[in-house]
Amino acid sequence: MSKSGILKSSIARKVAMALSAFFLMIFLLQHFAINSISLFSASAFNEVSHFMGTNFFIQFIMQPILIFAVVFHFIMGFILEARNMKARSVKYVKNNGNANSTWMSRNMLYSGLVILAFLGLHFYDFWIPEIMHKYVHVLPEDPTRYFGELQHKFVDPVRVGLYCVSFVLLALHLLHGFNSAFQSVGANNKYTRGLKKFGTAYAILIPLGFIVIAIFHHLNHC
Amino acid sequence: MKLTLKIWRQKDRNDKGGIETYPIDNVSEHMSFLEMMDVLNEQLVSEGKEPVAFDHDCREGICGMCSMQINGEAHGPDRGVTTCQLHMRKFKDGDTIYIEPFRAKGFPIIKDLVVDRSAFDRIQHAGGFVSVNTSGNTQDANAIPIPKTDADNAFDAATCIGCGACVASCKNASAMLFVSAKVSQFALLPQGKVEAKRRVLNMVEQMDKEGFGNCTNTGACEVECPKGISLENIARMNREYLKASIFSE
Repeated sequence: MSKSGILKSSIARKVAMALSAFFLMIFLLQHFAINSISLFSASAFNEVSHFMGTNFFIQFIMQPILIFAVVFHFIMGFILEARNMKARSVKYVKNNGNANSTWMSRNMLYSGLVILAFLGLHFYDFWIPEIMHKYVHVLPEDPTRYFGELQHKFVDPVRVGLYCVSFVLLALHLLHGFNSAFQSVGANNKYTRGLKKFGTAYAILIPLGFIVIAIFHHLNHC
Repeated sequence: MKLTLKIWRQKDRNDKGGIETYPIDNVSEHMSFLEMMDVLNEQLVSEGKEPVAFDHDCREGICGMCSMQINGEAHGPDRGVTTCQLHMRKFKDGDTIYIEPFRAKGFPIIKDLVVDRSAFDRIQHAGGFVSVNTSGNTQDANAIPIPKTDADNAFDAATCIGCGACVASCKNASAMLFVSAKVSQFALLPQGKVEAKRRVLNMVEQMDKEGFGNCTNTGACEVECPKGISLENIARMNREYLKASIFSE
């Protein structure tokens, strides 16, 4: 089989989906770790944010890879979903999905769409202003601005509510996605039971942590 | 028991088809589901109506012929059984039961509840075999030492009867559990290793050609499989496929 044939196969697509998911889950963990610093120290948060916002490796190597991974994950998700819908063009009159699978596993598209909408808001809130600040208006760098900008975004209770709802959907997405990614790359062995527990903890604790951060800054903004 | 059956009727492959309602009385809880269908068909014939076409053969859970989606589940609400092993005691008097064919692009409907599952045969033909020189000097398989766990896992995979419940249950109509069982039963044994790369590549290619969906690891196939084929087989097939893709010429 040719290499191009490999890239077209259903298994190859699933593996590619899983690899992008692994990258995004690692990114999410580091994003959470940095954001959680804002709960304890404004100056430490500013210092780490300044480093992340100005470091060449982060800005010009990891950030493009991240954007590629996000776009790839969503596009491949839609491609897989479209093909899967075609595989059963006539639906069952009565379907009892709850009898054999979780809601999360059957609705990854919808939880993913909410996360996509959230990313739009998140980019509008933080990423686009950051790009404008640095590369369009070319404003002088102020290493102490990050904590204030973060708190400012969480003044509006509607925005905090949208963030919280999105994080709940992120948790539901991860509750299936974490272990599904391992299964897709063929990792199903004696460690799977432990990995499932770890995956469940990851899927709940990380989004919960983000919710705590959003509410904390809403209640403690200056 | 008195039941209301809502059954998918479809004249042929090109007919649009639809649900029709049939009341049925005097159903014994000791009947198998297929015996209940036999009673319904006798009732329909006596009324001068067309009986419901459905697949069946051994009626012992071995052949994999019976293929009904009952109340939204492949082979009905019981676990580890085929439709022929499902008993009416699983239902209550007054119940309404929806009976539909297994639905997938890869399983076109022939008539009513009968679907064409020859896609599975074509996948098997693509690589689900071991080539053996039958010159008369063939080594006795029992003379080859095989670890007990490998033999057990290969045997478990080989219990797949190819009924198609995995496809029917999967929200994506994916055939990965079936194909992975057929790949695993050989991949685990020394006799199957010689053709392992070609087997997995060809079987997956044929599976994709047949129009089955992608596995999204919902696990519905494993739950509904009458033979309890494990998702571990899908993971094993993914590994076999990746290995074969990277290291094949």
